[in-house]
Amino acid sequence: MNWNWDVAKDFLPELGKGLLITLEATALGSVLAFALGLVWAMAFRSPTRFVRWPVAAVVEFIRNTPLLVQLFFFYYVLPTWDIKFSALTTGVIALGLHYSTYTAEVYRAGIDGVPKGQWEAATALSLSRRRTWTAVILPQAIRRVVPALGNYVIAMLKDSPMLALIGVVDMLQKARAEGASSFQYIEPYTMVGIAFIVIAYPASLLMRALERRLGH
Amino acid sequence: MTAGLWTNWLLPGVWITIQLTLYSAVFAAVVAFGIGMARTSRLWIVRFLTGFYVEVFRGTSALVLMFWLFFVMPLAFHYQLVPMWAAVLALGLTYGAYGSEIVRGAIAAVAPAQREAAIALSFTPAQRMRRVILPQAIPEMIPPFNNLLIELLKATALVSAVSVADITFAAQLSRLATGDSLQIYAIILVLYFVLAFVLTRLMRLLERRAKAGIGQAPVTSGKGPLLTRKLSARQETEQSSNTITAGGAQ
Repeated sequence: MNWNWDVAKDFLPELGKGLLITLEATALGSVLAFALGLVWAMAFRSPTRFVRWPVAAVVEFIRNTPLLVQLFFFYYVLPTWDIKFSALTTGVIALGLHYSTYTAEVYRAGIDGVPKGQWEAATALSLSRRRTWTAVILPQAIRRVVPALGNYVIAMLKDSPMLALIGVVDMLQKARAEGASSFQYIEPYTMVGIAFIVIAYPASLLMRALERRLGH
Repeated sequence: MTAGLWTNWLLPGVWITIQLTLYSAVFAAVVAFGIGMARTSRLWIVRFLTGFYVEVFRGTSALVLMFWLFFVMPLAFHYQLVPMWAAVLALGLTYGAYGSEIVRGAIAAVAPAQREAAIALSFTPAQRMRRVILPQAIPEMIPPFNNLLIELLKATALVSAVSVADITFAAQLSRLATGDSLQIYAIILVLYFVLAFVLTRLMRLLERRAKAGIGQAPVTSGKGPLLTRKLSARQETEQSSNTITAGGAQ
Protein backbone atom coordinates (compact mmCIF):
# COMPACT_ATOMS: atom_id res chain seq x y z
CA MET A 1 0.00 0.00 0.00
CA ASN A 2 1.60 3.25 -1.10
CA TRP A 3 -0.70 5.96 0.11
CA ASN A 4 0.43 9.47 -0.73
CA TRP A 5 -0.99 12.21 1.49
CA ASP A 6 0.03 14.95 -0.95
CA VAL A 7 -2.14 13.43 -3.68
CA ALA A 8 -4.96 13.08 -1.19
CA LYS A 9 -4.63 16.73 -0.18
CA ASP A 10 -4.58 17.89 -3.80
CA PHE A 11 -7.67 15.87 -4.58
CA LEU A 12 -9.66 17.16 -1.62
CA PRO A 13 -10.97 20.39 -3.28
CA GLU A 14 -12.03 18.37 -6.33
CA LEU A 15 -13.78 15.89 -4.06
CA GLY A 16 -15.60 18.80 -2.45
CA LYS A 17 -16.84 20.06 -5.82
CA GLY A 18 -17.92 16.55 -6.78
CA LEU A 19 -19.70 16.15 -3.45
CA LEU A 20 -21.81 19.23 -4.15
CA ILE A 21 -22.96 17.75 -7.46
CA THR A 22 -23.62 14.37 -5.81
CA LEU A 23 -25.71 16.03 -3.12
CA GLU A 24 -27.49 18.21 -5.67
CA ALA A 25 -28.41 15.18 -7.79
CA THR A 26 -29.60 13.30 -4.70
CA ALA A 27 -31.66 16.24 -3.41
CA LEU A 28 -33.33 17.01 -6.74
CA GLY A 29 -33.85 13.31 -7.41
CA SER A 30 -35.50 12.94 -4.00
CA VAL A 31 -37.90 15.80 -4.66
CA LEU A 32 -38.89 14.23 -7.96
CA ALA A 33 -39.17 10.75 -6.42
CA PHE A 34 -41.34 12.02 -3.55
CA ALA A 35 -43.66 13.93 -5.88
CA LEU A 36 -43.98 11.30 -8.61
CA GLY A 37 -44.29 8.48 -6.08
CA LEU A 38 -47.28 10.22 -4.57
CA VAL A 39 -48.86 10.53 -8.00
CA TRP A 40 -48.37 6.78 -8.63
CA ALA A 41 -49.69 5.89 -5.16
CA MET A 42 -52.85 7.93 -5.67
CA ALA A 43 -53.29 6.45 -9.15
CA PHE A 44 -53.16 2.97 -7.54
CA ARG A 45 -56.35 3.92 -5.71
CA SER A 46 -58.08 5.34 -8.72
CA PRO A 47 -61.67 4.12 -9.09
CA THR A 48 -61.11 3.08 -12.70
CA ARG A 49 -58.91 0.20 -13.69
CA PHE A 50 -57.98 1.98 -16.92
CA VAL A 51 -55.80 4.14 -14.70
CA ARG A 52 -54.82 1.55 -12.08
CA TRP A 53 -53.54 -1.18 -14.40
CA PRO A 54 -51.35 0.84 -16.75
CA VAL A 55 -49.82 2.74 -13.83
CA ALA A 56 -49.14 -0.50 -11.94
CA ALA A 57 -47.56 -2.04 -15.04
CA VAL A 58 -45.31 0.93 -15.70
CA VAL A 59 -44.27 1.13 -12.05
CA GLU A 60 -43.46 -2.60 -11.97
CA PHE A 61 -41.46 -2.32 -15.15
CA ILE A 62 -39.40 0.65 -14.00
CA ARG A 63 -38.82 -0.85 -10.59
CA ASN A 64 -37.57 -4.18 -11.88
CA THR A 65 -35.16 -2.96 -14.54
CA PRO A 66 -31.72 -1.49 -13.85
CA LEU A 67 -31.39 2.22 -13.15
CA LEU A 68 -28.18 2.29 -15.19
CA VAL A 69 -29.94 1.11 -18.33
CA GLN A 70 -32.76 3.60 -17.77
CA LEU A 71 -30.11 6.29 -17.43
CA PHE A 72 -28.60 5.32 -20.77
CA PHE A 73 -32.06 5.13 -22.26
CA PHE A 74 -32.84 8.72 -21.31
CA TYR A 75 -29.37 9.97 -22.16
CA TYR A 76 -29.23 8.45 -25.65
CA VAL A 77 -32.85 8.12 -26.72
CA LEU A 78 -34.38 11.44 -25.63
CA PRO A 79 -32.06 13.54 -27.85
CA THR A 80 -33.20 11.52 -30.88
CA TRP A 81 -36.71 12.83 -30.13
CA ASP A 82 -35.30 16.36 -29.97
CA ILE A 83 -35.66 16.51 -26.20
CA LYS A 84 -32.34 17.80 -25.00
CA PHE A 85 -31.35 18.00 -21.35
CA SER A 86 -27.99 18.40 -19.65
CA ALA A 87 -26.40 15.23 -18.29
CA LEU A 88 -27.24 16.28 -14.73
CA THR A 89 -30.90 16.91 -15.56
CA THR A 90 -31.13 13.57 -17.35
CA GLY A 91 -29.53 11.90 -14.35
CA VAL A 92 -31.91 13.56 -11.92
CA ILE A 93 -34.92 12.54 -14.02
CA ALA A 94 -33.77 8.92 -14.24
CA LEU A 95 -32.89 8.74 -10.55
CA GLY A 96 -36.14 10.40 -9.51
CA LEU A 97 -38.28 8.28 -11.81
CA HIS A 98 -36.61 5.03 -10.72
CA TYR A 99 -36.95 5.76 -7.03
CA SER A 100 -40.49 7.08 -7.45
CA THR A 101 -41.49 3.45 -8.00
CA TYR A 102 -40.07 2.65 -4.56
CA THR A 103 -41.63 5.67 -2.85
CA ALA A 104 -44.94 4.80 -4.54
CA GLU A 105 -44.97 1.48 -2.67
CA VAL A 106 -44.03 3.28 0.52
CA TYR A 107 -46.87 5.79 0.17
CA ARG A 108 -49.22 2.96 -0.81
CA ALA A 109 -48.32 1.12 2.40
CA GLY A 110 -48.81 4.30 4.42
CA ILE A 111 -52.18 5.01 2.81
CA ASP A 112 -53.30 1.40 3.34
CA GLY A 113 -52.38 1.80 7.00
CA VAL A 114 -54.84 4.66 7.54
CA PRO A 115 -57.88 3.13 9.27
CA LYS A 116 -60.99 2.78 7.14
CA GLY A 117 -62.94 4.85 9.65
CA GLN A 118 -60.94 7.91 8.61
CA TRP A 119 -62.20 7.59 5.03
CA GLU A 120 -65.74 7.06 6.27
CA ALA A 121 -65.50 10.03 8.62
CA ALA A 122 -64.30 12.20 5.74
CA THR A 123 -67.26 11.03 3.67
CA ALA A 124 -69.64 11.61 6.59
CA LEU A 125 -68.35 15.17 6.94
CA SER A 126 -68.88 15.48 3.17
CA LEU A 127 -65.34 16.63 2.62
CA SER A 128 -64.42 16.97 -1.01
CA ARG A 129 -62.11 14.37 -2.55
CA ARG A 130 -59.31 16.84 -2.52
CA ARG A 131 -59.83 17.78 1.15
CA THR A 132 -60.07 14.11 2.12
CA TRP A 133 -56.65 13.47 0.67
CA THR A 134 -54.85 16.62 1.76
CA ALA A 135 -56.37 17.13 5.20
CA VAL A 136 -57.19 13.62 6.44
CA ILE A 137 -55.43 10.77 4.66
CA LEU A 138 -52.03 12.05 3.57
CA PRO A 139 -51.01 13.73 6.85
CA GLN A 140 -51.58 10.42 8.65
CA ALA A 141 -50.16 8.25 5.89
CA ILE A 142 -46.96 10.18 5.32
CA ARG A 143 -46.08 10.53 8.98
CA ARG A 144 -45.63 6.81 9.43
CA VAL A 145 -43.52 6.33 6.31
CA VAL A 146 -41.04 9.18 6.78
CA PRO A 147 -38.23 6.81 7.88
CA ALA A 148 -38.79 4.60 4.83
CA LEU A 149 -38.67 7.62 2.53
CA GLY A 150 -35.49 8.76 4.26
CA ASN A 151 -33.90 5.38 3.71
CA TYR A 152 -34.59 5.65 -0.01
CA VAL A 153 -32.88 9.03 -0.05
CA ILE A 154 -29.79 7.28 1.31
CA ALA A 155 -30.19 4.57 -1.33
CA MET A 156 -30.38 7.28 -4.01
CA LEU A 157 -27.23 8.85 -2.67
CA LYS A 158 -25.46 5.52 -3.06
CA ASP A 159 -26.82 5.07 -6.59
CA SER A 160 -25.92 8.60 -7.68
CA PRO A 161 -22.35 7.64 -8.78
CA MET A 162 -24.01 5.96 -11.76
CA LEU A 163 -24.56 9.47 -13.09
CA ALA A 164 -20.80 9.62 -13.63
CA LEU A 165 -21.24 7.06 -16.40
CA ILE A 166 -23.22 9.58 -18.47
CA GLY A 167 -20.67 12.28 -17.70
CA VAL A 168 -22.11 14.10 -14.68
CA VAL A 169 -19.14 15.51 -12.79
CA ASP A 170 -19.92 14.03 -9.39
CA MET A 171 -17.46 12.57 -6.87
CA LEU A 172 -16.83 9.40 -8.85
CA GLN A 173 -16.31 11.33 -12.09
CA LYS A 174 -13.82 13.58 -10.31
CA ALA A 175 -11.92 10.47 -9.18
CA ARG A 176 -12.00 9.04 -12.71
CA ALA A 177 -10.74 12.34 -14.15
CA GLU A 178 -7.95 12.45 -11.57
CA GLY A 179 -6.95 8.88 -12.44
CA ALA A 180 -7.00 9.62 -16.16
CA SER A 181 -4.88 12.77 -15.90
CA SER A 182 -2.36 11.96 -13.17
CA PHE A 183 -2.48 8.15 -12.97
CA GLN A 184 -3.21 8.48 -9.28
CA TYR A 185 -5.95 5.98 -8.60
CA ILE A 186 -5.44 4.85 -5.02
CA GLU A 187 -6.20 8.06 -3.14
CA PRO A 188 -9.12 9.46 -5.20
CA TYR A 189 -11.13 6.24 -5.35
CA THR A 190 -10.50 5.42 -1.69
CA MET A 191 -11.53 8.92 -0.65
CA VAL A 192 -14.73 8.74 -2.68
CA GLY A 193 -15.57 5.38 -1.09
CA ILE A 194 -14.95 6.76 2.39
CA ALA A 195 -16.95 9.91 1.63
CA PHE A 196 -20.00 7.77 0.91
CA ILE A 197 -19.65 5.86 4.18
CA VAL A 198 -19.11 9.09 6.11
CA ILE A 199 -22.36 10.53 4.73
CA ALA A 200 -24.50 7.39 4.56
CA TYR A 201 -23.73 5.96 8.00
CA PRO A 202 -24.80 8.95 10.13
CA ALA A 203 -27.78 9.42 7.82
CA SER A 204 -28.89 5.84 8.38
CA LEU A 205 -28.45 6.27 12.16
CA LEU A 206 -30.65 9.35 11.91
CA MET A 207 -33.32 7.38 10.08
CA ARG A 208 -33.21 4.61 12.67
CA ALA A 209 -33.63 7.19 15.43
CA LEU A 210 -36.53 8.75 13.54
CA GLU A 211 -38.08 5.33 13.14
CA ARG A 212 -37.96 4.74 16.89
CA ARG A 213 -39.28 8.25 17.54
CA LEU A 214 -42.25 7.95 15.23
CA GLY A 215 -42.83 4.52 16.72
CA HIS A 216 -44.91 1.92 14.96
CA MET B 1 -32.66 -5.01 -36.84
CA THR B 2 -29.10 -5.91 -37.72
CA ALA B 3 -28.71 -9.60 -38.28
CA GLY B 4 -25.71 -10.18 -36.02
CA LEU B 5 -27.13 -8.24 -33.12
CA TRP B 6 -28.63 -11.17 -31.27
CA THR B 7 -26.10 -13.92 -31.91
CA ASN B 8 -22.96 -11.83 -31.63
CA TRP B 9 -23.70 -9.48 -28.79
CA LEU B 10 -26.94 -9.83 -26.93
CA LEU B 11 -27.09 -13.58 -26.33
CA PRO B 12 -23.53 -13.88 -24.96
CA GLY B 13 -24.34 -10.78 -22.90
CA VAL B 14 -27.45 -12.42 -21.45
CA TRP B 15 -25.36 -15.44 -20.53
CA ILE B 16 -22.75 -13.26 -18.80
CA THR B 17 -25.49 -11.45 -16.86
CA ILE B 18 -26.99 -14.77 -15.76
CA GLN B 19 -23.59 -16.07 -14.68
CA LEU B 20 -22.81 -12.86 -12.81
CA THR B 21 -26.16 -12.97 -11.02
CA LEU B 22 -25.70 -16.62 -10.03
CA TYR B 23 -22.10 -16.34 -8.84
CA SER B 24 -22.74 -13.09 -6.97
CA ALA B 25 -25.90 -14.51 -5.43
CA VAL B 26 -24.09 -17.62 -4.19
CA PHE B 27 -21.20 -15.58 -2.86
CA ALA B 28 -23.58 -13.08 -1.26
CA ALA B 29 -25.57 -15.91 0.32
CA VAL B 30 -22.42 -17.39 1.88
CA VAL B 31 -21.42 -13.97 3.20
CA ALA B 32 -24.96 -13.24 4.39
CA PHE B 33 -25.27 -16.49 6.36
CA GLY B 34 -21.73 -16.28 7.74
CA ILE B 35 -22.01 -12.68 8.86
CA GLY B 36 -25.67 -12.92 9.85
CA MET B 37 -25.04 -15.84 12.19
CA ALA B 38 -21.79 -14.36 13.50
CA ARG B 39 -23.68 -11.23 14.50
CA THR B 40 -25.60 -13.27 17.05
CA SER B 41 -22.30 -14.41 18.58
CA ARG B 42 -21.68 -14.17 22.32
CA LEU B 43 -18.22 -12.65 21.81
CA TRP B 44 -18.38 -8.87 21.55
CA ILE B 45 -15.37 -8.71 19.27
CA VAL B 46 -17.07 -10.94 16.69
CA ARG B 47 -20.23 -8.86 16.90
CA PHE B 48 -18.21 -5.65 16.60
CA LEU B 49 -16.17 -6.78 13.58
CA THR B 50 -19.13 -8.19 11.70
CA GLY B 51 -21.18 -5.08 12.54
CA PHE B 52 -18.34 -2.94 11.22
CA TYR B 53 -18.23 -4.95 8.02
CA VAL B 54 -21.97 -4.57 7.49
CA GLU B 55 -21.98 -0.81 8.11
CA VAL B 56 -19.01 -0.23 5.80
CA PHE B 57 -20.39 -2.23 2.90
CA ARG B 58 -23.93 -0.98 3.31
CA GLY B 59 -22.59 2.54 3.59
CA THR B 60 -20.59 2.69 0.41
CA SER B 61 -21.78 2.57 -3.16
CA ALA B 62 -21.50 -0.70 -5.08
CA LEU B 63 -20.26 1.12 -8.16
CA VAL B 64 -17.52 2.92 -6.24
CA LEU B 65 -16.50 -0.37 -4.63
CA MET B 66 -16.31 -1.95 -8.07
CA PHE B 67 -14.08 0.83 -9.38
CA TRP B 68 -11.98 0.52 -6.26
CA LEU B 69 -11.48 -3.21 -6.71
CA PHE B 70 -10.80 -2.70 -10.41
CA PHE B 71 -8.41 0.27 -10.31
CA VAL B 72 -7.02 0.58 -6.78
CA MET B 73 -6.43 -3.02 -5.76
CA PRO B 74 -3.93 -3.80 -8.55
CA LEU B 75 -1.91 -0.68 -7.64
CA ALA B 76 -2.16 -0.88 -3.89
CA PHE B 77 -1.78 -4.61 -3.35
CA HIS B 78 -0.25 -5.70 -6.67
CA TYR B 79 -3.05 -8.14 -7.05
CA GLN B 80 -5.33 -7.96 -10.03
CA LEU B 81 -8.60 -9.78 -10.42
CA VAL B 82 -10.16 -10.73 -13.72
CA PRO B 83 -12.88 -8.07 -14.32
CA MET B 84 -15.61 -10.67 -13.98
CA TRP B 85 -14.39 -11.75 -10.54
CA ALA B 86 -13.77 -8.20 -9.38
CA ALA B 87 -17.42 -7.58 -10.24
CA VAL B 88 -18.60 -10.71 -8.45
CA LEU B 89 -16.53 -9.77 -5.41
CA ALA B 90 -17.95 -6.23 -5.28
CA LEU B 91 -21.55 -7.37 -5.77
CA GLY B 92 -21.19 -10.32 -3.39
CA LEU B 93 -19.65 -8.23 -0.61
CA THR B 94 -22.24 -5.45 -0.95
CA TYR B 95 -25.29 -7.66 -1.24
CA GLY B 96 -23.88 -10.07 1.34
CA ALA B 97 -23.88 -7.19 3.80
CA TYR B 98 -27.52 -6.39 2.97
CA GLY B 99 -28.42 -10.07 3.13
CA SER B 100 -26.78 -10.57 6.51
CA GLU B 101 -29.34 -8.20 7.98
CA ILE B 102 -32.10 -10.39 6.56
CA VAL B 103 -30.50 -13.50 8.07
CA ARG B 104 -30.03 -11.78 11.41
CA GLY B 105 -33.62 -10.52 11.43
CA ALA B 106 -35.08 -13.92 10.55
CA ILE B 107 -32.99 -15.67 13.21
CA ALA B 108 -34.07 -13.11 15.79
CA ALA B 109 -37.70 -13.65 14.76
CA VAL B 110 -37.68 -17.38 15.65
CA ALA B 111 -39.75 -17.83 18.82
CA PRO B 112 -37.49 -17.75 21.91
CA ALA B 113 -39.24 -20.86 23.25
CA GLN B 114 -37.77 -22.85 20.34
CA ARG B 115 -34.27 -21.86 21.35
CA GLU B 116 -34.99 -22.60 25.00
CA ALA B 117 -36.44 -25.99 24.13
CA ALA B 118 -33.31 -26.84 22.16
CA ILE B 119 -31.16 -25.81 25.12
CA ALA B 120 -33.32 -27.90 27.46
CA LEU B 121 -32.76 -30.89 25.17
CA SER B 122 -29.02 -30.16 25.52
CA PHE B 123 -28.41 -29.56 21.82
CA THR B 124 -25.00 -28.08 21.11
CA PRO B 125 -25.08 -24.50 19.73
CA ALA B 126 -24.31 -25.86 16.25
CA GLN B 127 -27.11 -28.43 16.42
CA ARG B 128 -29.44 -25.77 17.76
CA MET B 129 -28.72 -23.55 14.77
CA ARG B 130 -28.87 -26.35 12.20
CA ARG B 131 -31.75 -28.43 13.49
CA VAL B 132 -34.04 -25.91 15.17
CA ILE B 133 -33.40 -22.28 14.30
CA LEU B 134 -32.44 -22.29 10.63
CA PRO B 135 -35.23 -24.60 9.41
CA GLN B 136 -37.73 -22.12 10.85
CA ALA B 137 -35.82 -18.99 9.89
CA ILE B 138 -35.08 -19.87 6.27
CA PRO B 139 -38.68 -19.85 4.95
CA GLU B 140 -39.05 -16.35 6.43
CA MET B 141 -35.89 -15.20 4.68
CA ILE B 142 -36.98 -16.16 1.20
CA PRO B 143 -39.36 -13.26 0.38
CA PRO B 144 -36.86 -10.55 1.38
CA PHE B 145 -34.10 -12.51 -0.35
CA ASN B 146 -36.27 -12.49 -3.44
CA ASN B 147 -36.39 -8.69 -3.39
CA LEU B 148 -32.65 -8.54 -2.78
CA LEU B 149 -32.00 -10.92 -5.67
CA ILE B 150 -33.87 -8.58 -8.02
CA GLU B 151 -31.77 -5.69 -6.71
CA LEU B 152 -28.68 -7.80 -7.36
CA LEU B 153 -29.80 -8.61 -10.90
CA LYS B 154 -30.28 -4.90 -11.52
CA ALA B 155 -26.89 -4.14 -10.00
CA THR B 156 -25.13 -6.51 -12.41
CA ALA B 157 -25.67 -3.81 -15.05
CA LEU B 158 -22.95 -1.85 -13.24
CA VAL B 159 -20.27 -4.29 -14.39
CA SER B 160 -20.49 -2.84 -17.89
CA ALA B 161 -18.62 0.14 -16.40
CA VAL B 162 -15.58 -2.05 -15.73
CA SER B 163 -15.85 -3.56 -19.22
CA VAL B 164 -17.41 -6.91 -18.44
CA ALA B 165 -19.41 -7.84 -21.55
CA ASP B 166 -22.87 -8.21 -19.99
CA ILE B 167 -26.17 -7.18 -21.61
CA THR B 168 -25.67 -3.50 -20.87
CA PHE B 169 -22.17 -3.59 -22.36
CA ALA B 170 -23.52 -5.35 -25.45
CA ALA B 171 -26.11 -2.62 -25.74
CA GLN B 172 -23.42 0.05 -25.61
CA LEU B 173 -21.43 -1.63 -28.37
CA SER B 174 -24.50 -2.12 -30.46
CA ARG B 175 -25.56 1.50 -29.97
CA LEU B 176 -22.15 2.65 -31.17
CA ALA B 177 -22.35 0.35 -34.18
CA THR B 178 -25.91 1.01 -35.31
CA GLY B 179 -26.87 4.25 -33.61
CA ASP B 180 -30.33 2.85 -32.95
CA SER B 181 -30.56 3.68 -29.24
CA LEU B 182 -34.29 3.34 -28.81
CA GLN B 183 -34.54 -0.18 -30.19
CA ILE B 184 -31.52 -1.58 -28.38
CA TYR B 185 -32.28 -0.07 -24.97
CA ALA B 186 -35.95 -1.01 -25.19
CA ILE B 187 -34.92 -4.61 -25.94
CA ILE B 188 -32.53 -4.92 -23.04
CA LEU B 189 -34.92 -3.29 -20.57
CA VAL B 190 -37.43 -5.98 -21.51
CA LEU B 191 -34.73 -8.64 -21.18
CA TYR B 192 -33.91 -7.51 -17.65
CA PHE B 193 -37.59 -7.49 -16.77
CA VAL B 194 -38.02 -11.04 -18.07
CA LEU B 195 -35.01 -12.19 -16.06
CA ALA B 196 -36.42 -10.55 -12.93
CA PHE B 197 -39.77 -12.21 -13.57
CA VAL B 198 -38.19 -15.65 -13.96
CA LEU B 199 -36.14 -15.19 -10.77
CA THR B 200 -39.25 -14.19 -8.84
CA ARG B 201 -41.16 -17.25 -10.03
CA LEU B 202 -38.27 -19.52 -9.02
CA MET B 203 -38.06 -17.90 -5.59
CA ARG B 204 -41.84 -18.26 -5.08
CA LEU B 205 -41.46 -21.95 -5.86
CA LEU B 206 -38.63 -22.24 -3.36
CA GLU B 207 -40.69 -20.38 -0.77
CA ARG B 208 -43.65 -22.71 -1.21
CA ARG B 209 -41.44 -25.75 -0.75
CA ALA B 210 -39.61 -24.32 2.26
CA LYS B 211 -42.89 -23.38 3.93
CA ALA B 212 -44.39 -26.80 3.20
CA GLY B 213 -41.28 -28.31 4.81
CA ILE B 214 -42.22 -26.81 8.18
CA GLY B 215 -45.95 -27.36 7.70
CA GLN B 216 -47.01 -23.85 6.75
CA ALA B 217 -49.44 -23.02 4.01
CA PRO B 218 -47.98 -21.00 1.15
CA VAL B 219 -48.73 -17.29 1.27
CA THR B 220 -51.58 -16.51 -1.07
CA SER B 221 -50.41 -13.23 -2.50
CA GLY B 222 -53.83 -12.85 -4.09
CA LYS B 223 -54.26 -10.28 -6.81
CA GLY B 224 -50.84 -8.78 -6.30
CA PRO B 225 -48.82 -7.43 -9.19
CA LEU B 226 -46.26 -9.56 -10.96
CA LEU B 227 -43.17 -8.93 -8.93
CA THR B 228 -43.30 -6.46 -6.10
CA ARG B 229 -44.80 -7.71 -2.89
CA LYS B 230 -47.32 -5.63 -1.02
CA LEU B 231 -45.88 -4.79 2.35
CA SER B 232 -47.26 -2.89 5.34
CA ALA B 233 -45.84 0.51 6.29
CA ARG B 234 -43.72 -1.14 8.94
CA GLN B 235 -42.34 -3.75 6.57
CA GLU B 236 -41.60 -1.07 3.97
CA THR B 237 -39.54 0.77 6.55
CA GLU B 238 -37.76 -2.41 7.46
CA GLN B 239 -37.14 -3.35 3.88
CA SER B 240 -35.80 0.07 3.02
CA SER B 241 -33.45 0.07 5.99
CA ASN B 242 -32.60 -3.56 5.33
CA THR B 243 -33.13 -4.58 8.90
CA ILE B 244 -35.85 -6.81 7.64
CA THR B 245 -37.52 -9.16 10.08
CA ALA B 246 -38.46 -11.25 7.09
CA GLY B 247 -41.42 -10.79 4.74
CA GLY B 248 -44.38 -12.21 6.57
CA ALA B 249 -42.91 -12.60 10.06
CA GLN B 250 -45.13 -10.57 12.32
